[in-house]
Order: sequence, then C-alpha cells, then structure tokens
Amino acid sequence: MAALLSVRGVGAGYRGVPVLRDVSFDVAPGSVVAVLGPNGAGKTTLLRTLSGLLPLTAGTVRFDGQDLATVPVARRVRLGLAHVPEGRGVVEELTVAENLRLGGLWRRDRADVARAITQVYELFEPLARRRGQPAHQLSGGERQMLALGRALVARPRLLMLDEPSLGLAPKVVAQLMAVLSALRSSTGLAILLVEQNVRSALSIADTAVVMALGEVVAVRPADQVRADDTLRRAWWGSW
Amino acid sequence: MDDPRVRMNPAARGAVAGLALLAAGVAASYALPDRLFALGQVVAWLVAAAGLTVLVGLSGQLSLGQAGFMATGAYAAALTQNALYAAGFTVAPPAGTSGRFAAAAGPTAAGWTLPVALLAGVAAAAAVGALLGLAAVRMRGAYLAGATLVFGLIVTPVTVLVDALGGEQGLRVHVPRAPDPVGSAVGEGRFRVWVALVGAALVLAILTAVVRGRWGRDLRAARDDEAAAALVGIPVARVRLGAFVASAATAGLGGGLYVYLTGTALPGYFGLTTSLFLLVAVVIGGAGRLVGAVGGTLFVVAVPIVTTEVMSAVDASPALQARLAGNAPLALLGLCLVLVTLATPGGWSARLGRGPRRVRIGWGRADQGRSGRLDLGRPRAGRRGDRGRGGTGARPPIPDVRE
Amino acid sequence: MARFIFLTIDGLATGAVYATFALSLVLIWRAARIVNFAQGAISVAAADVAWSVGSRVGGWWLGLLLAPLVGALLGVLMQRFTVRRLGPERHLDAIIVAIGVAMVVQAVLGMVFGLQYRPLPAPVSQTVLTVGGVPTLSPYKLLVLGAVALLVVGLALLFSRTAVGLRLRASALAPEVSRLLGVEVERMTTLAWGLATGVGAFAAMLVLPTGPGLHPTAMDGVFITAFTAAVLGGLDSPVGAVVGGFAVGLVLNYVTGYTDEPNLAPVALLGLLLAVLLVRPNGIFAGPTIRRA
Repeated sequence: MAALLSVRGVGAGYRGVPVLRDVSFDVAPGSVVAVLGPNGAGKTTLLRTLSGLLPLTAGTVRFDGQDLATVPVARRVRLGLAHVPEGRGVVEELTVAENLRLGGLWRRDRADVARAITQVYELFEPLARRRGQPAHQLSGGERQMLALGRALVARPRLLMLDEPSLGLAPKVVAQLMAVLSALRSSTGLAILLVEQNVRSALSIADTAVVMALGEVVAVRPADQVRADDTLRRAWWGSW
Repeated sequence: MDDPRVRMNPAARGAVAGLALLAAGVAASYALPDRLFALGQVVAWLVAAAGLTVLVGLSGQLSLGQAGFMATGAYAAALTQNALYAAGFTVAPPAGTSGRFAAAAGPTAAGWTLPVALLAGVAAAAAVGALLGLAAVRMRGAYLAGATLVFGLIVTPVTVLVDALGGEQGLRVHVPRAPDPVGSAVGEGRFRVWVALVGAALVLAILTAVVRGRWGRDLRAARDDEAAAALVGIPVARVRLGAFVASAATAGLGGGLYVYLTGTALPGYFGLTTSLFLLVAVVIGGAGRLVGAVGGTLFVVAVPIVTTEVMSAVDASPALQARLAGNAPLALLGLCLVLVTLATPGGWSARLGRGPRRVRIGWGRADQGRSGRLDLGRPRAGRRGDRGRGGTGARPPIPDVRE
Repeated sequence: MARFIFLTIDGLATGAVYATFALSLVLIWRAARIVNFAQGAISVAAADVAWSVGSRVGGWWLGLLLAPLVGALLGVLMQRFTVRRLGPERHLDAIIVAIGVAMVVQAVLGMVFGLQYRPLPAPVSQTVLTVGGVPTLSPYKLLVLGAVALLVVGLALLFSRTAVGLRLRASALAPEVSRLLGVEVERMTTLAWGLATGVGAFAAMLVLPTGPGLHPTAMDGVFITAFTAAVLGGLDSPVGAVVGGFAVGLVLNYVTGYTDEPNLAPVALLGLLLAVLLVRPNGIFAGPTIRRA
C-alpha cells in the first residue's frame, strides 16, 4: 500500500540555524506512527515543517502522492492533513462551539460539518456541556479534547498531534490514547503522534520513529521498541 | 569604541563634526547668497532633526511632535528676548543694513540677550520634554506616536488661548542685530545664519561625541532588548527619558534659532507639517545617523524650492500651478518616506551595518539576528520587542503570560 | 441644567462618530497590531470621491453608500502594497509608512480639489430641535445616531454570527492556528483593513456636514480624538472603542461647551490621553485573556 505521508531527506531550520537533517519515514494509511525522542530532538520542528509553518530547506514531503512544497499552510487541511500544535492552539477568546465551527469553515458540505460537530460532542461529553463557554475556562484535558475535536471536524486522513499528553493527568492521558486508538479503528484515520510520554505513545503505535539532535536514528515497529531494553536505554535511559 | 577602526576618541570626533558643519555652512552662505533664508531654515531644522534622529533611531522612540518642542523653545526664547528688550538691555542700532533686515528705528537688543533667550528656549523645551517624557517612557510604539502627535497639535490652539503668545498672527521678536563692523561687512542675513551655525555645530558636536560613548551604547541596548539591558544594570527608563529630553532640548534650540533668523514667532512655523518633514529628514538620512540628519534636512528643505522652480516652468494657469506646487513637496516627501521604509528590509541595520564588529543600528527584534547585537557578553533574555501596551510582535512557540 | 442636557445629548451624537472611527482603528489594531495613522486621510479621500459623485447625482445619501466602498478599496490597496511588505514585526515602520501614505493622500487631495474648505451639505436640517423648551438634537444628528447604531449592530452581527466574522476574529486572535485550520489569514487581514477603512469613510460622511466641510486635513481632528477614545477603551476592545468614543465626545463637549473655548479641545484631549496612558495603559476594557500565536 502506498504511504499516505512520505517524508524524504527533509531538512529545516530557523533563520539559518539548521534543526532537522535528512529526516525520512513513511506513514501508512490508517496506521499510528509515534515520533519519540528527548527534548531538542526536533520533533515539534518536524511537525511544523510537515504542516508548512516552517519552510523546507531540503528534501520532499508527499501527502497522498502530492508534493506539498507548493501547497500553502491553509490549503493542507483541505487535502486531509490536520495538525494539532504544541500547546493545543485552542483559541481562548472564542467559545467551544466557535472553536469547533472554525475547524470546519473551509468545508463546503455544511451538513456534514454539523454532523461532525455533533459526533465530537458525543465523543467528548464535557465539550457538549460547555459549548457556549469561552475556551479559556476549560481545563487542560478539556482543551485537549477541544483541539482534537476541532481537528476532527475537518475529517482529516492524517492527524498530527504535538505532545497531546503534556500537562495531563495519567488517567486523562490513558483516555486520550484510547480515543485515538478507537478513532483509528473506526475511521481509518492515520495518526502521527509526537510524544515525550513514550509509554503511552507506544501503547497505541504501530511504528516508532526515534529522533535525536534533529536526525532520525531509528524507524522500528512499535512492539520491537517496547520490548527492546538496549534500544530504550540508549536513547532515554529508562522510562 | 566597539569598532576597532575608529581611532578618534568621541570628543575629537564631535569637534570634527561640528567644525565641518561650520565650514560647510559658511561656504554655503557665500555660495548661495540668494538662499540665505533657506539655509537658515536648514540650520534651525537640522538641530531639531539631529535630536530626533537620536530619539527615533538610537532610542527607538517615535515622536511625531518634534515641532511642538520647537514651538516651546521658540516662544520661550521669544518671550525672554522681548522681556529683556523691554527691560532696557539694548544698544544703539547699527548702521543701516539691507534686504530682509532693513533697519528699523530705535535701539536693538544687546547681543548677549540672544544666548540667554536661546538658553531659556532650550530649558523650557527640556522641561516640557521632561514632563511629557515621564509619561512617554512607559509608552511604546503607536501609543507614543499618538501622544506626541496630539502634543504637536496643541501648538496653535495654545498660542490662541494664551494672549501673551500672540495667537495665529504670532509675535514680533526684538532680536539683536549684527554688531557694526561685522554686520556691514557680511550682511545681517548671513551673520544670523552664521550664529545659527555655531549653535548647530555645538549641538552636532555634543551629540556626535555622546552617541559614541557610554550613553549611546546604553540607548541602543535599551532599544534592542530592554530586559537584557536592565539585567546588565542599565537604567532603562532613565536612559529613555534622557533621550526624550535631549531631543526636546535640541528642538527647543532649533525653534529659538528659527525665531532669531526670522525675527518672529509664528505657530504656523511649528505645525504638523514641520514635524512630519523632520521625520522624513530623519528617515531618509537613516534613523540614528547624525550625518544622515544633516543630509536629510538639506533634502527636505530643498524639495519645496526645487518643486516650485520646476512647476513655474510648467505651462499651466497660475492657480493650478500654485495648487500643484504647494502640495507637491508633501506628496514627494510622503512618497520618500514610504519607499525608503519599504526598501530597507528589517529596518536600517541592513543598510548601516558594516563590518562584523560594528554595533549595528536599527530596529527590528534583537533575537532575529538582524540588528543590534548586544556587545555586553550577556545571553539574550526573553524578548518583548517594540510593542504597544496591548500586545506584541511574533512570539516563540511557547505561550507566555502577559503582564 | 438645560445647557447640561444639550451638551450631553450633543456630546453623545458627536461621540457616536468618534465611536465609529475608533472602532475602525481597533479593527485594524486587532488584525495587524498597527494603528493606521493614514485612516483620517483615507476617509477624507473616500468622502471627497463619494461627494464628487453625490454632488452631481444622488446627493449625500449616495455619498454615504459610496464612501465606504471607496474607503475600503483605498485601505485594501494600502495594505497590499505597503503594510503587507513590511511583515508582522516592523511595527514602528508600519506607523511611518502609514504617515507617508497619509501625506501622499492629503497632498493629492490638495492638488485635485484645492485647499479651500468645500462644504458638504447635510441631507436634513441641522437646526437644533427644541423639546419642551430644552434644546436637544438637530434632525441631522439624530440621523447620525441612527446610522451609527445600525452600523454597530451590523458589525456585531457580522463578527458574531457569520463565517466570515469568525474567520476574521480567529485570524486576529490566533493567526498560526487559524492557518492550520484552513483559514486564509492573509486574505482575512486584508479584508479587515478594507472593512476598517470603509467604516472610517462612513464616519467621515457622517461628521463632515457638521463642520466646515471637505479639506485634506478635515479628519485629522477626528483621528486623534478617536485614537484617544480607542486607547481609553483599550485598543483590543471593540466595546471599549464604542464606550470610549461616547465618553470622549461627552468630555470634549463639556470642556468646550462650559468654557466656550473650542481651542481647549485638543489640550483637553492631550490631558485625557496622558492620563489614560499613565493610569491604565491597557485601557478600561482590557481583558484578562491571552493572545496566542
């Protein structure tokens, strides 16, 4: 099966300072890929490059066969590529409902957007309860739900999440991972998950991309990484 | 100081700059005998422009009301001059002179009253600058620009409100005339330009010396990265206030000189257009560059003269010609302002930065690597940037809490 | 007492215009973090063009419809060809560019129309109506109040109910996230500019008949007054702009009305502005919310 997302030799940086170097990996449709690595490995930079917020200095990114080099950021979600950024990016001054609506504004099929929003409310009950409230009143876990729900309204094919478990209690993290896994099973959504929380990420991932210092050091099936002690200790000590 | 190629010490540099201006000015006063008034205007304005370029370029404070401080200095000088004259500090009038300054009957003010009046002007402008500055130092960007704009716009209303200031007709000022041997040899007009030149040369010398010294360095550091500057012990608010007051003081001198050159104090001399033209002079010359301020002022004074000449050559009705000629300078200078600002990517540092060790002048964010490397050996603290009170420019990806 | 009532009502009517213009400044500030110092000049230019047409056909009413369109066009042109090239960080440069644009616009207006004030006649009477012996408002000022009310309601609906309004708000509040969600932020910023300058032109058509008329600098006073009002209310707050506009209108009216000295207005304005900037620099309505990328 052809890869949904194909990353080849990607380099990127900030104002002349290179951060990523020669990054290559694939995301197959319907699979979950976890991007792991210590702080400063370039994981966030990678996602920002994939969604176009940061320009490529080298390599190509193909989504569903299409080269993304000429596709501006705002157009990528139309192709099916959604990015939930670091910090969640919930627009605090807008209400929960407005945030969700925002996720679907680009779509022409208003009926399906309405359906999607209803599904999000069903999936995340706290959001339904707070739909008229401004987003700054939400807790960390609720904001994560909102950010996720907002991305889902666009009916993406690949969902990129940057450290969704950040600042959340373990129970909430477990629920989050369960939701992601369920989404993958029920809708065939592919997920690219950047995580510091290695254990949670590996619990739902099919493949692990391990990064350090801006480079990919390994691409392995997740259960291999789970099981292999030497691999783990080499890069993180222990977890 | 930072640049190993600079061999002269600041004081020497200042002296050179001042003397150069004097020499150039005296030469010009002989080369362009019909343009003495324009020359005088250049000199008076360049004093104000010099202060403004330091304020805008080195301190990063945008003031749209420089003419307001000129007016303050002008009227203070005018009132002082007239008061001294009325108090009887006069001398017998010199022998008849020609041109604009044709002899009027009666005694004229004693020569020493002029420096006193000018100093009064400087002091008044500095005082008002300190008052406004106390509020200004806490403001950034658009807020400061707006406040100084409003300040500049109260000049004409205030002259109307306060009877002693003479309203829109202005005040006639009893300025001293050139003393006898010199006056007839050189001409009253030329003499006045020379006196103004001395004042301007002094200001230029002082500013040149000072901006290369510690104060200039502190200014630039405070402009580029307030937090880091404060960490290093620079009293940011005081430094900014100092720049504001200095700029106001120079404008005050410029205003006083203008009164001396014309013998009158008119609110129309110190309106919004003057403030804007001074800003254009600063921008065209490169904000922060004193030499640029001189060149920019020359340009800004020359443009109306040139356009009038060009327009009179155009074949059109006098009314239309007047309309075109009257508005052309404003259009041209506005266009210059837009084009020059657009053409310099990342501010002026790209144009001015020469050589790796030179302290780069310009604005833009310090941590963007474009301007102002703090040569104080300190790591850069979190950057706030030029911002109005309401917000900030681009932020790092980590959310940060506002005050 | 009658004087107080009159000054109050009249102050509210003038304040309505300041409120409108202040709104237009806040719109741009929220979208681009810039105070558009060319707003006054652009609004006069739009009014001039609109009245050139309206004086021949359609009258003031046509002018009122045309001015916002011309103003919007000028604003869009200005944003696309100047401000946009500066990028998001050069805030002071944006002010300088705006000033340059204002200079050019005012100079061109001076060349085309001359420097005499050209009266803009109001469509209805400007004589003050007396109700029970108390002077209140002229029919024209009543019209102005009505027009402003309609505009404010319209804008509120636009921003809170429509998809475009949501996009505009999102682009202003969180441009990066909005891009990720498919919002074309650059286009929204340009639209915000056009909307703002259109609103400013609308305000110009409303206020110019009450003064000496059309002149390149005719809106400079409104600009600085509206700026003060916007700062008073908080540059980030549309509600603040409206409240600030009315407040400043009232204050100025009381000051000039009771002292009978119109020249005190700019001085009072400076005092007010400095007071606000010293005491509560974020404005009265500064919210606790945090702006994100």
